Amino acid sequence: MKIYTLLILLLGFQPYLIASIDVYPFPNQKLSERYERLISELRCPQCLNTNLAGSDAMIAQDLRREVHRLLIEGKTDEQILDFMQYRYGDFILYKPRFELRTSFLWLSPIFLIFIAALIWFQIVRNRKVPMPLNDNEEAQLNRILEGRDR
Amino acid sequence: MTFKRSLLIPLVVFLMMALFLGFGFRLDNAKILPSALLDKPVPEFRLHDLMLKEVVRSPKDLLGEVALINVWGTWCPNCIVEHPELLRISKEEDIKVYGINYRDNNAKAIEWLERFEDPYIFSVVDSEGKLAIDLGVYGAPETFVIDKKGIIRKRHVGPLNFEIWTNEIEPIVDYLKSF
Repeated sequence: MKIYTLLILLLGFQPYLIASIDVYPFPNQKLSERYERLISELRCPQCLNTNLAGSDAMIAQDLRREVHRLLIEGKTDEQILDFMQYRYGDFILYKPRFELRTSFLWLSPIFLIFIAALIWFQIVRNRKVPMPLNDNEEAQLNRILEGRDR
Repeated sequence: MTFKRSLLIPLVVFLMMALFLGFGFRLDNAKILPSALLDKPVPEFRLHDLMLKEVVRSPKDLLGEVALINVWGTWCPNCIVEHPELLRISKEEDIKVYGINYRDNNAKAIEWLERFEDPYIFSVVDSEGKLAIDLGVYGAPETFVIDKKGIIRKRHVGPLNFEIWTNEIEPIVDYLKSF
């Protein structure tokens, strides 16, 4: 039972533990929101699939500090992403930029929609729609039906 | 049985995926990031010399010869692994080795160099890791080869050893020296 009490207590401490990971002061809410967005959009170079916000690696701490510094210096989001891309390459951007090399990545959804449309069009075209009977055929059909009754 | 063209669709999709993934696997190791700083100059810095504390070093101090720049720290286990090879290079090979002491404690770093011997012409103190960030470093050790004009020509992530020196670094160094 003691261990459960302890675990529940630890649960209560969790927010404090998370909050204690570098708190940077920002002069206004807007800057702070941009900071949060940037560090969630940048990938930690050391940990393959964690963003800067979620990583405890030394380099992630340093890069968060740099993002903070650049924001305070009045840099735009674009300039900050440039700063990171210059040093760490495309890898650091979770949202890769549109370039020749990444064009396949960006255009593939459009391409897939195009293929889907093509397939859909084929299916619709091949569907056999019953043709309405013309007058001659109608009369012929009626004769056959009447003949059957006798 | 008639041949249906739609049967080809899975094949085409498969070929496209093969092409795409094949391109992705060209990076032989996903853990090693392609270096963004190749063929760019060593970034600007003004940092203190680890040993000669009052001396401030800048990129100018690295120019003139082909050189290695090694990012190290006493907290980094692989730096101890590669240390004998760095020492050998500094003694036996005709190349200068400079150090960047990355996010370390000065006293510990000096003690470390005294204990294991110092392979560096000098080390600069990068206690906040700012120069390391400018170099795109994401761990230690990392080693850069710069040419006579201070342009980064090669980056090696992880510990050096004799094999890596002979196969990957020495040929580039020899080539750069010919200019």
